[in-house]
Amino acid sequence: MDAINNSILTLILLVPLAGALLVAVAPDRAKLPNWIALLTSLVTFGLTLHLPAHFVLGQNGFQFEFNKPWIESPAIAYHVGVDGLSLWLVVLAGLLAPVGVLASWNAIQTRRKVFFVLFLIQQTAMFGVFISLDLMLYYGFWELSLVPMAILIAMYGRKNGPKAALKFFLFTFIPSAPLLVAILWLYAKTNTFDFATLQYWVASGALPAGAVCWVALAFLFAFAVKVPVFPLHGWLSDTYSEAPVALAMVVAGKLGLYSLLRFHIGLFPVQAREVAPYLIALAVVGILYGACLALVQRDFWKLLAFAAVSHLSLIVLGIYGFTFIGSTGAIFQILSHGVVDGALFFLLGALYDRYATSQINVYGGLAAKLPNTATLFVLTTLAMIGLPILSGFVGEFLILSSTFGGVSRSWTIVASLGVILGAAYMLWLVQRVFYGPQSELVAARPADDLHFRELALLWPLAVLMLVMGVAPSLWLPAIEQGVRPRPPLNVQYDPGLTSPTSVPQGGQR
Amino acid sequence: MNPVPDIFRILPEVILTLTGVAIMLIDASLPPGFPRRALGGVGAIGTTLALWASLWQVSLPQGTGFYGTVETSAFTIFFHVLICGIVLVTLLLALDTLPEDSHHQGEYYALIVFGAVGMCLLTGAVELLLVFIALEISSIATYVLAGYRKQTARGPEAAIKYFLLGSFATAFLLYGIALVFGATGTTQIYEIARLVPLALNQPMLLAGMTLMLVGVLFKVSAAPFHVWTPDVYEGAPSPVVALLSTAPKAAAFAVLLRVVYEMFPGFRSTWSPAMWIVAALSMTVGNLAALRQQNVKRMLAYSSIAHAGYLLAAFAGLGTSGIAAASFYIAAYAAMNVGIFAVLTVVSGYDEELSVIEDYRGLLHRAPLLGGVLIFFLISLVGIPFTGGFFGKFYSFSAAVNGGAVALAIIGLLNSGLAAAYYLRLAFVAAQRPAEGKDEHTVFEPQVGFAVGAALLFSVAVTLVLGIVPSEVLHAAESGAHTLQAPPAEPNVHGMVIEQMQAEPEQSPKP
Repeated sequence: MDAINNSILTLILLVPLAGALLVAVAPDRAKLPNWIALLTSLVTFGLTLHLPAHFVLGQNGFQFEFNKPWIESPAIAYHVGVDGLSLWLVVLAGLLAPVGVLASWNAIQTRRKVFFVLFLIQQTAMFGVFISLDLMLYYGFWELSLVPMAILIAMYGRKNGPKAALKFFLFTFIPSAPLLVAILWLYAKTNTFDFATLQYWVASGALPAGAVCWVALAFLFAFAVKVPVFPLHGWLSDTYSEAPVALAMVVAGKLGLYSLLRFHIGLFPVQAREVAPYLIALAVVGILYGACLALVQRDFWKLLAFAAVSHLSLIVLGIYGFTFIGSTGAIFQILSHGVVDGALFFLLGALYDRYATSQINVYGGLAAKLPNTATLFVLTTLAMIGLPILSGFVGEFLILSSTFGGVSRSWTIVASLGVILGAAYMLWLVQRVFYGPQSELVAARPADDLHFRELALLWPLAVLMLVMGVAPSLWLPAIEQGVRPRPPLNVQYDPGLTSPTSVPQGGQR
Repeated sequence: MNPVPDIFRILPEVILTLTGVAIMLIDASLPPGFPRRALGGVGAIGTTLALWASLWQVSLPQGTGFYGTVETSAFTIFFHVLICGIVLVTLLLALDTLPEDSHHQGEYYALIVFGAVGMCLLTGAVELLLVFIALEISSIATYVLAGYRKQTARGPEAAIKYFLLGSFATAFLLYGIALVFGATGTTQIYEIARLVPLALNQPMLLAGMTLMLVGVLFKVSAAPFHVWTPDVYEGAPSPVVALLSTAPKAAAFAVLLRVVYEMFPGFRSTWSPAMWIVAALSMTVGNLAALRQQNVKRMLAYSSIAHAGYLLAAFAGLGTSGIAAASFYIAAYAAMNVGIFAVLTVVSGYDEELSVIEDYRGLLHRAPLLGGVLIFFLISLVGIPFTGGFFGKFYSFSAAVNGGAVALAIIGLLNSGLAAAYYLRLAFVAAQRPAEGKDEHTVFEPQVGFAVGAALLFSVAVTLVLGIVPSEVLHAAESGAHTLQAPPAEPNVHGMVIEQMQAEPEQSPKP
């Protein structure tokens, strides 16, 4: 068992890569690349399920850890591991892989091999981001995750792929320049890229405080663009409207939010608290701004983009409230948002496959024609707007109640307005697309309702939303453990160095 | 005194020279009209032998030969292997892409090999006059190669520009050598290094060093000595540019490292700010100009200027870390740049039917493998992790950060963001769906022969190896750096050793 526990994370990284290789060498016949990719992603998902099954609650620190030096100088190690924070995110990434493959089943007609090779490399990069505990390794996967995404946007862009791809790439690549300098600076001062050791160094106060402030800001900036946090969301709407569905559903949110939690708050708890008031303000503005813009969009991809800005801002609010419940709710909401957004993208992608347009006003009266689609869409919408007993409610409730009690009442009241607006734009979307008289397009073009392939995927997702809403306690213990302050870290340090004055706490929430 | 026969010290050069002569003789004795493709094969075999010979030199003790003019050390071996590798790839590339009816095919291969002799000798020379001669050997070969497409107007233009400006720069170098000789009375680099702190006429030495730096910086096309680059790259045939943009630069950087780290370590306070400025200028000028280019080769020319800037950032590093980072960067840069020009050669052909970025539209859809390789090299040039370009930048900038030049590292990394814009514009256009109903002349059938395939595979493999397991190469670069750092110090010279130690404090002071 130990052997499996040690190598499980490496396997999770390698299986998609092996699948990519297999797709690359296999002949491009009929749906063969699709099947290989589907099989690979299902196997990977199965592997990720091993993690929660064998995760030991109450055991502190990282589990399934594997640490092996990779490059001697500078000392970069292949160091991976998960804790409560990343555990379920890895599973979520695993779950969204088959969803992505199935969403691309018919949508991708040309160059399937290239598509699935890049898609699977993207999977590896995402897993890598979630499990890396060495800053350089993490940075490697972080950058790597941009490449397949950008190339696929360029390849399959609906109108102007290269432009959107370039925008996406530059928006996320340029902020990672200061991030790399910050990481290098930390290395120059401490001679390590190891997360736990760095955490200890930063907490020890041995580094110059002013410089650490800038380093923390560089981290924050790089991650905030990726989330995206309010004034930095410029890339999102173009990316959503150009990217293939399978990639659009993973591009925003979890990578950036996880990085904020792990590497901004985790490494620089003191500095993060200093900027928290600004981030709370930006988050509340983002909630309202995203919701208001979502209300007036005519294109459903763009509507989803601004809805995402609004929802992700809510999660940022939960994270930077620095309350225990808020952080727990934030992580839960990342999971819920991942599932719900995935389903929503899948459904809209199905509509786009059938009618080849994303303009909302040319749809209408679909419910009579595609009853299954309508049912599932309404269900997903309800989960998204946070109806009780569905998954969206739990996170929203935890975040808003903790902010109300622990941070600021007035901000909470304003943020809650965003939730109401969220219900408005989503329900209005449902009404315009599915109800009312049949539009010309819908009447003119014959279309099948959801196929078995689509139903077989969407119903489990719908059930999952329900289970997450009814029994969040399945997820919360591990998450709480990830958020809870950690006992002192056992870090070996050279006896010759100055001993630290204070003992680090993994985020003093 | 020296147990190693002198000839072993220059064994790779000897092999290359013999190969070049053999190619010329065979070429002359073959009847006109007889296919001369096999001559390229001779060149490739000779270069491979030279590569093995360089590797074999590892077993030689470090030392000099021919009265202290040529050195073999880990440093020279590193660069010999690098240059021979580049030349091998360009020869393989020329084998398949040079048109069969070209009148001067034999000369083409011979010139490449002779150029390689000069470049190899340049990295091993520890005597300034030999440096000059080696530089001329390599330059004359490349001047001719640059003008190889004489039927076009741009070919001769490129050659003449390169020749005139290159001679001008060589004159600077020579003048610098003369001044240094005047101040120290010797042209042997180790002797100069020993005498520099004792020389009475320090201003003369400084002037000499400055002029030498100008001459060498011209060769590496660092701003503000870069103006020749885009025109030459545009006019010269792509397989030649694959060579031009890498091997002579590698050799020139080796000389630069020797000059600043071995000859004038005591003048660090003078050359370090100069390098800082040249580095920042090269990156910024190169990238800003590249952003506006539509012609792919011009764009890559400006990008190579920017890369010279990233590389010079390593010179802010202290001692061995800077030298090792620079050496590593040269290797990584050479691998990906040779690779990308190889792809361009295959895709657009010797006559370059495709010249602007828009012509590459849909390459990935038409020829997935070639398109994929093109995008791979572009990504490596951007500096994405798990490719050689990343670790090159990484080591270069961490050397800069370690040396205290944080601002330079930030400028460099922001510049690589800027650079991503134009590299990826090409990559994304290549990934885009081909335009429908476009006239047929943009549709082409790239032929990948065995030799070109091998060249591409070799460059891809090296770029990947440098990106995933860089330790070995870095180790080689570091041992090279150590040999460069050890001029035979004379402990009895007052103050000199202490001064050197002060110039290189312990890396990364522990907080």
